[in-house]
Amino acid sequence: MNWPRQEWERLMVANAPPWAVLLVPVILAGFAFAAAAADGILTARAAGGRLTGAVAAAPLAEVARLLTGQRRVTPAEDRVLWRSGLIAVPVAAALAAVVIPFGSVTVSRMSVGVVWFNAMEVLTWAAVWVAGWGANGTLSLVGGYRFVAQGLAYQLPLMLALICAAAGAQSLNVAQVVTAQAHVWFAVWMPAAFAVYLAAVYAFSFLGPFSYPAGRDLAGGVMAELSGPDRLMLQAGRWLLLTAGAGMAVPLFLGGGAGPLLPAWVWSAVKTLAVLAVLVWARRRLPTIRADRYAELAWVVLIPLTIVQALVVSLVVLTRGGVQL
Amino acid sequence: MIVALFWVLAVLAAASGFLVFRLASMARVTIALLVSFLAAGGLVILLGLAYLGVVVILMMVIEMIIMAVFMIAYMMQPAGLGSMAMSMSHNQRSAAAISAAAFVLLGAGALLAPWPHRAGPAPGNPTFQLGKTIMGPQMLTMIILGLVLLAAMVGAVVLALNRGRYDRFGDDLKQRPPADPARGGIGR
Repeated sequence: MNWPRQEWERLMVANAPPWAVLLVPVILAGFAFAAAAADGILTARAAGGRLTGAVAAAPLAEVARLLTGQRRVTPAEDRVLWRSGLIAVPVAAALAAVVIPFGSVTVSRMSVGVVWFNAMEVLTWAAVWVAGWGANGTLSLVGGYRFVAQGLAYQLPLMLALICAAAGAQSLNVAQVVTAQAHVWFAVWMPAAFAVYLAAVYAFSFLGPFSYPAGRDLAGGVMAELSGPDRLMLQAGRWLLLTAGAGMAVPLFLGGGAGPLLPAWVWSAVKTLAVLAVLVWARRRLPTIRADRYAELAWVVLIPLTIVQALVVSLVVLTRGGVQL
Repeated sequence: MIVALFWVLAVLAAASGFLVFRLASMARVTIALLVSFLAAGGLVILLGLAYLGVVVILMMVIEMIIMAVFMIAYMMQPAGLGSMAMSMSHNQRSAAAISAAAFVLLGAGALLAPWPHRAGPAPGNPTFQLGKTIMGPQMLTMIILGLVLLAAMVGAVVLALNRGRYDRFGDDLKQRPPADPARGGIGR
């Protein structure tokens, strides 16, 4: 690569102190609250209600309500699996977020950050399926299976989209993916990969058009048997996953913390909020798609599309500088 | 720290691997096996092979969940509830003897074998080295493996389907759109 790097040196991510890992869930939750509040405001506006402080603070009130609520008990539940699956969803979101650079700081600058994010997001396969299984309820079980079916559809296009970003940077390190976008954001010259990635963010947080595993036609599906803190785990986990996905879109496709005048962390926050705003707004405009229909679209259209995208990226990288390590 | 982490992961891998044979519920068995694989992936990361370790975690989650779907589909009592619980082990005495003998043999081999010492320094970036090997000298192997695996998958799907192209497109293969029980996602 022969792109100038001086301007981007400050983005070469600094090692954060070890205690910063505790800040990851806090910051992630802050963004998730903002997204949930915006979603509540949009809902209130669509219903013609007045916008009050209470509407904006509704997610906080909901957390308090669920924390103090009673747990539902079902006959012959698999309590160990049920509870661990529910807890694993928000934990997976927080673990995925440790490789996301926030401005010039990252908690973990591991060399394979892109793959790590993918692996932690995949933990939701096990977590959501087990959460559906553990309740010993039909609707809940069907919801868990729906997530697996949806996973088979969204996962391969997502992996190929991540490969595009990594190939463009010739690195699996998230900081180097940011550095490689010195001139042009990956979103500009990898639009297909970016779009597929955003769709996958909905899919692994099973929100918006991919809310099929928790669909209303199943009386809540995987959420059907949940109340109190159990419901909080899965509901919060979905929004945390959405936030982690939006946060990762920034270093992968939107140039990370790069931007004029303002410090890098402000740009990271602004871009994350912008991606979240698009996701929250668009989720109300898109119909829920059945997993079997999306599977055909994914395998017949999106996988070839992202493979061609990866080919284009590889050819551009080869002609612009060749492999240089 | 590294040593402590090694022992935690090693004990976790062995203990959850043992649980696979003790639990009756297919879901629990799958998750126990998954935990064992995740701990093994952690051990691979401890060896300094971050890429391989994370890929083990990524792949094993997907594989175990798909396996769970099939195990539950095939088992008569997948939840392992009550007196109907199925035993997952048969011929227990000789199985225990064979397992113990295999363990002693492998353990003795690991302890007694004269392990070679590393010649030269460790490679700087093991992920890059791995990619160079796969895409370089082992390219032909990977291409053949890929084709064989693809052929196996296509063959398995064809064998498993109860509907063929004559069911979908009619006797003269001219029927459009195909007669499918559910329409696909791209308007066919």
